[in-house]
Order: sequence, then structure tokens, then C-alpha cells
Amino acid sequence: MAIARYLVCLVALFAASSLRADPETFRAFGGVPGLTRVVDSFMEELLADPRTRPFFESVDQQNLKRLLVEQFCAELQGGCTYTGRDMRSAHQGQGITMADFNALVEALQKAMAREGVPFRAQNKLLAKLAPMYRDIVER
Amino acid sequence: MRIRQAAIIGLPILLSAGVAQALEYGGRLLLTGGVNTIEGAAGGGLTPWAVIGGYGTRDQIGGNAFFSHVEIDDYRLEVRGAVLGLFDRVELSFAEQRFDTRQVGAALGLGAGFTFRQEVFGAKIRLAGDAVLDQDLWMPQIAFGVEHKRNNRGAILRAIGARDDEGTDYYLSATKLFLAQSTLLNATLRATKANQAGILGFGGDRRDSYRIQPEFSLAYLLNRHLAIGGEYRFKPNNLGIAKEDDWWDLFVAWAPNKHLSLTLAYVDLGNIVIRDRQSATYLSLQVGF
Repeated sequence: MAIARYLVCLVALFAASSLRADPETFRAFGGVPGLTRVVDSFMEELLADPRTRPFFESVDQQNLKRLLVEQFCAELQGGCTYTGRDMRSAHQGQGITMADFNALVEALQKAMAREGVPFRAQNKLLAKLAPMYRDIVER
Repeated sequence: MRIRQAAIIGLPILLSAGVAQALEYGGRLLLTGGVNTIEGAAGGGLTPWAVIGGYGTRDQIGGNAFFSHVEIDDYRLEVRGAVLGLFDRVELSFAEQRFDTRQVGAALGLGAGFTFRQEVFGAKIRLAGDAVLDQDLWMPQIAFGVEHKRNNRGAILRAIGARDDEGTDYYLSATKLFLAQSTLLNATLRATKANQAGILGFGGDRRDSYRIQPEFSLAYLLNRHLAIGGEYRFKPNNLGIAKEDDWWDLFVAWAPNKHLSLTLAYVDLGNIVIRDRQSATYLSLQVGF
């Protein structure tokens, strides 16, 4: 079973690489200025998509964008501190579905691509954010 | 009284919300429903994955129809089928395979273009995990599946040593997307008696018992729309008349949107009856939601 052994090694390699701090990804985003551009595009995408617009059109967008930059920067270990509420209390009572959550992921993917973030760096940020579905999706 | 009024007013609102919910579809991320195996189930081209076919979330249904053409050196396999995904939990699939022996049929005395036809009825249930979103957990998505196969050439199959023209495969699949590495891994264990996936019947003169066969897939995401990868499928060797080899492939899958995907692969099939070293070009088109 050489293939099975190879797969085990591959998985171990992934584990090692995903636990490491990752300043390279933060740089690939262009630091805080780059993240700010991504988040601006992200908000445009969220407001343009009828699936996500209802959740964002009546919030304080400037404040939310500031918090998103903080959060993304903190997740990428870029030296920021996220000052917003925790994910569960920030989303409670909005009835967010799995489809809503994925629509938001798609908006972020489009925004990152538009701002020229390399695909592998995009996925590293998404990997940090994806598990948050457990605190965000309600039904 | 007020409560009853509220209930009467509230009920249609709830119902219409429910209907609107049911009519929404396509909520999962691009390519996360896999493509269709030659046996119908969602996965790679040769190996079923633990993902549920279509793009439905846990509140939605999804599905697709597909056509696959496998142009083998001395044979041809065509597969038509469809998949229905229910609430990201259950997958039902159907595939009809036509295996054309072309000139080999003449050499075997069956007649040129002699064709085996097989129907595959599949069901899969997701037991645990989320292959895509649980990026902080080791737990892969795990599913159990069944493929019941019915071949229409019982007399020929028995003549070559197969014990049955009907058979059922059982499989357990574990699939995990390592998003930070843009890589998907799948491992499947299949309990099977099938010869050449059932095209040559089930069980044989050499062995007529279930064997557990591993299958592996590895896919690398190049961008949101494009994945490349390979698969390896171990196979049993039940027939005395013809050696059966493992299968492997290298593929590229392209999904411009959630309604369309195209998969192109090079497949190595090894020996098939009297023809050795069979390789193939595999092209599959999937339309769905």
C-alpha cells in the first residue's frame, strides 16, 4: 500500500504547514492597504448580489468594513487586533442560512480575484474564515 | 382567539417562506459537488467521493444530468445518467453504461460492435463532516454508498466464467478539502464482486466473494473554475479467462458556472479481455443546479 503511506505523509505535511504562522499570505494581500481594497470590493459585491444585499444595505458599512479589515488582518497574523463582537453574537437572530453564508464566500472570492490576490493566498484566508459558519449559520 | 388569528395569518406566511426556501437552489460553492463517476455517483471520474452531488445546501435540493464518452484504444464506453442531491445529506443516482466491444467483438465471435449494457442504481448518505467548511478540523466528510448494477448480457457473462449478471457494490468514502493547500484528498473503500466494474459481470471462476478495494483521488484547485488531479482504483481479479488491472487517470475539470462542468481525462485501464494496455480519453459533460 505505497499509495496509502504517501497519502498519510501528504496529510501530515498539510497539518504542519497549516499550523505555522504565515506572514507570506499577509504580504500577498498587500498588508493592511491591500486588505482595505479587498474589503471595499467585498462590500460592493455584497451590495450588488440580491442574495446578500438585505443583510448589508442597512448596516453602518464604514464601521463594518473597518472591522472586517481588522478581522482579516488578525486572521492572517498581520499584527491587528479585532475589536468587534464575537461571530455568534454579531450574527444572532438574522436567520442566516448555509446558502447565505456561501453567497458571502463567493462575494469575497470575487473581490479577492478583482483585487489581484493570488488564488492560493485567497484560499488561505478562506480556510481561516470557513469554520465560522458554525457560529453564523442558524438553520 | 388572538392566538388563533395570529396562527391563521402566520401560517400562510410560514408556508410561503417554506416554499421560497425550497425553491432556492445552488447554494454550495463551485465544484464542491464533484463531477460524475462512470457509475453515476458524485466524485471524480472513477472514484465516488463523500460529497453529495449537485449544489444544494442542507436546506436545498440539487442535481445534475451527465454524459460521458470514454474512447478506449479497442473499445468504447458511453455513460448517461443523473444525480439528485437531497439537503446535502442523501444522493440518488442512475447511470446507463454502454460498453461497445467494436472489432474485439468480432474477434471473440460475438459480432463487431457487440455491446454490453449496464444500469447502475446508486444511493449515498453523508454520515458526518463537511469536506469544505470544517477547515479547522481533521474530520473529513464521510459517506456510505451503494451501487446496484444490472448487466443485460447474462448468457455471455456466464460463458466467460462470471457467476452473476447482477451485483451490488458497497463503499465508504472520506473526502477532505485542504483549502489552505488548495488540495482535495479522497479515499474510498469499496466492497465489490464486479469484474471490470460489472461490465463483465460479478464474481468468477477464480473467486466469487466480496473483496475490499481501495480507491484514491487527489485534486488541486488552480482557480475557482479549474481543478486538475488524478485517481487510482484497485480492482479485483475474479475471472480466469482475462486478467483485470487497476485503473488510474489524470484529469482536468472545468466549471464556468454552477450549471455546467466539463471533465477531460487520460485513463489507463490496463488489460481488458484480449486487449492489453488499454488507455482512453475520457470526456464528460455535466449540466445541473
